[in-house]
Amino acid sequence: MQRSVIETAASLLETGVCTRVLGWKTGEFFYDVTPAVFTSAEEVRKDMVFTPFCGANLSKYLIAESRKEGKIAVFLKPCDTFSFVQLQKEHRICRENVYAVGVQCPGMSDPDALKALGLKGLTGCVQEGDTLRVDTLYGEKAVPLADALSLRCRGCKSKRLHDCDAIIGTQGKDLQTSRFAQVEALEAMTAEERFAFWRKELSKCIRCNACRNVCPACSCETCVFDNPDSGVQNKAAASSFEENLFHIIRAFHVAGRCTDCGECTRVCPQHIPLHLLNRKLIKDMNTLYGVYQAGADFETKPPMLAFTLEDPEASIITQGRNGQ
Amino acid sequence: MNMRQDPLIPMVAQVTDIRTDTPDVKTFRVVGLDGKKPFSHIPGQCAMLSMPGVGEALFSITSSPTNEDYMEFSIKKCGCVTNWLHAIEPGQQITLRGPYGNGFPVDTDFAGKDLLFIAGGIGLAPLRSVINYVRHYRQRYGTVDIVYGARSKEDLVDYQEILEQWCREEGVNVHLTIDNPQPDWDGHVGFVPNYVKELGFDTGKTVVMCGPPIMIKFTLAGLEELGFQRDQVYTTFELKMKCALGKCGRCNIGDQYVCKDGPVFRLDQMTRLPDEY
Amino acid sequence: MKTWNLSQLDDLFAAIAGRQTLYIPADAAGQPAFTRWEPGLAMTRALNTGRSAKDLFFPQVENLAAFQISGKTISVSPAQSPEEDYVIFGVRACDCRSFDILDSVFLAEPADTFYQARRAHATVITLACTEPEETCFCTSLGIDPQAPGGDISCWMAEGRLYLQANTPKGEALLASLPDLGEGEKPETNPSVFDKLPLKDLDFSVFQEKPLLDWFNSPLWESLSQSCLGCGSCTFVCPTCQCYDVRDFEGGGTVRRFRCWDSCMYSDFTMMAHGTNRPTQKERFRQRFLHKLVYHPNNHQGQIGCVGCGRCLQKCPISMNIVKVAKALKEGSV
Repeated sequence: MQRSVIETAASLLETGVCTRVLGWKTGEFFYDVTPAVFTSAEEVRKDMVFTPFCGANLSKYLIAESRKEGKIAVFLKPCDTFSFVQLQKEHRICRENVYAVGVQCPGMSDPDALKALGLKGLTGCVQEGDTLRVDTLYGEKAVPLADALSLRCRGCKSKRLHDCDAIIGTQGKDLQTSRFAQVEALEAMTAEERFAFWRKELSKCIRCNACRNVCPACSCETCVFDNPDSGVQNKAAASSFEENLFHIIRAFHVAGRCTDCGECTRVCPQHIPLHLLNRKLIKDMNTLYGVYQAGADFETKPPMLAFTLEDPEASIITQGRNGQ
Repeated sequence: MNMRQDPLIPMVAQVTDIRTDTPDVKTFRVVGLDGKKPFSHIPGQCAMLSMPGVGEALFSITSSPTNEDYMEFSIKKCGCVTNWLHAIEPGQQITLRGPYGNGFPVDTDFAGKDLLFIAGGIGLAPLRSVINYVRHYRQRYGTVDIVYGARSKEDLVDYQEILEQWCREEGVNVHLTIDNPQPDWDGHVGFVPNYVKELGFDTGKTVVMCGPPIMIKFTLAGLEELGFQRDQVYTTFELKMKCALGKCGRCNIGDQYVCKDGPVFRLDQMTRLPDEY
Repeated sequence: MKTWNLSQLDDLFAAIAGRQTLYIPADAAGQPAFTRWEPGLAMTRALNTGRSAKDLFFPQVENLAAFQISGKTISVSPAQSPEEDYVIFGVRACDCRSFDILDSVFLAEPADTFYQARRAHATVITLACTEPEETCFCTSLGIDPQAPGGDISCWMAEGRLYLQANTPKGEALLASLPDLGEGEKPETNPSVFDKLPLKDLDFSVFQEKPLLDWFNSPLWESLSQSCLGCGSCTFVCPTCQCYDVRDFEGGGTVRRFRCWDSCMYSDFTMMAHGTNRPTQKERFRQRFLHKLVYHPNNHQGQIGCVGCGRCLQKCPISMNIVKVAKALKEGSV
């Protein structure tokens, strides 16, 4: 897979299909890849990678990159293509300047997942079938690939690649996974337990804004929380509840547009499972307004922008659109 | 053990007089709650002025240290704090802390020198402190030339003081200019950098300059054409600050903090520093 | 040297906490953080905390003053200076070095009295490292992770904790704990430090060339290209000390507080007429040159980094001081 990705990227540059390639660049270790724009086949062959550690969703970079001169090729995993479509639906990407290459995805791993298994001092990693052979400062360990999957990939919603000009690997299908299992577990709690859970998680927030800045649905030119004229600009919480509200407000703001790519949870330096807030809203919208997946197509109107007489009244949310 | 108050905690001061200088510049007279000058300073130093709930910002102290009774700040209306200041009336209390920065070397490098002041627009504010200090200790300095320009006659800050005091003083030559001709103006018309070149000063002078970056850039080029060296030219900078103590970390030009290493720099000290920050 | 049985670490914590407030690194919702010790709180098994120990001297949010406003008059009530003695246990050598760097800024005249008071009231107990992560590079900054410093240095070996006082404050605390035994720590020589992949980083080159050579490097464009402009590197960094001062108005009182700020944020240098760092390139360059060039220039060559590796672990796009320093160094050859 890695070889196909690199050769495709190099050839797109060599044949002039594009002038730039947006992909993943190798780092100091096997896992610390950085999103990067490559401008020559030589750079691509030297530094570009595609490994189970290329979790970063590159679609949001296209907001800026697709407005530049010339065509840019981008490599997108299935869940990244949902963001790609959603951003187009929001008129944030100049599609004609993008050559989208879909890459089938085995599920992404991350170093936090390996460390959660008790591994320390990660220095190398080789994939052998369904196993990762991880070199550490304290010896070699074999880890089943499934155990190294990052949290968000354990409930993968789809292997389908949307709106791609080329595909590496095979086109996949939507999956029936239990991605709402954790949400259901939270729903089963008492209100007090749930409140305690979120207070504990959200109180870890350091307000670094990584979740917001990485989020493809957070594409406002100036965020309301950064705008001095908004009256709610703040860098730090004036009360301990403000950080909590920040995340809840953000979840509502992206509701109906969030594709559940899980980048918010991946980047959180404090390991707050932020994607659960979004999944809860997705699940509620599915229940109330019928199943909807943001970024799955260009046509379906998002429930927050559509109105039907059958919509449940906000004050009596007891029944869904389908009488559920 | 910490009897000392934190330097970020301001004192309360009172605005006793507000003078309208130009359509967007007012000069505020400030005293402490005891009616006296809040603290002493060196020409070119600044103070943090604030209204709690509105914000805090750094302003150069416009009045000369030789004024024993009060402090003055000439402030242009351009942002949050300054908009608020422009709306207040005398009697309003504000908070104040300072003085901050190095100030101009009035008693060392400037002593005995012929001085050439060059200012544009509100850039006169920090220089007024030096000019009036030099006028007060007139015998310690050589000749004084002042080149001052603004968009229009109405935009000349301290115009009354310039006409009634500076222009009448022996050994002080004032050269005013405005950007465009206007009916009630019989003085020079044109931009400051060109006017400085036209006037063609003796290169033995020490230059003190403040104004918009574009004016500084072209005036400096003109001065170098005339034969001035960078180590003869002093200027004062303004960048975003929160503490003014060298700690909040944002007003640096390379490794120099404008708040504590500046705001006054001799231009040859800037050569090893970036010209964007 | 004093010693204590590790299986009774809780009792030692209880003894310290009986005298002063005690903070230890403990897991909070899965994330290790310095936490106020209470009976039952266990020390984390993680190498280091997610947030650094700087929080205990330079909290993320701190009140400076309250203002009462009535008509045209203002009255100021300065916030109380911290006066409680406290102990921080389990600080690693990297974080301990970061206090020197923070001191060089906050204690420079005029000193920050809030920071100064916390420093004066704290007793720092450090803990030697035996199992570093691959992201650790303190040794390349002249730090010895097995001689961690602070008021008291600690080592864990063969089921026992060994404590060595380094300062009068440390001696006073040890003297107040009468049940400590006497003993000599066994010699340990973990060879793992020689295997650290980043042990040979060289930061001296940044002092050897003019500031402008680094500032004008063409590499800033590509290095900063995918930076998200978030503050995660800044906020987990033990040496980042930039702050903002803000007012919060409510209930007739204006509260002026200080909070962490990040030079990576777009409004960091925003003034009424605009900002002098208009794109992420300028902000990114400021952060790294501050650590590699500006701070050392102003503080006898002291690099503004302690090699804790937090930014390596936390940056959403895996861009960090190691990659920047290596790229600049290679690019300048």
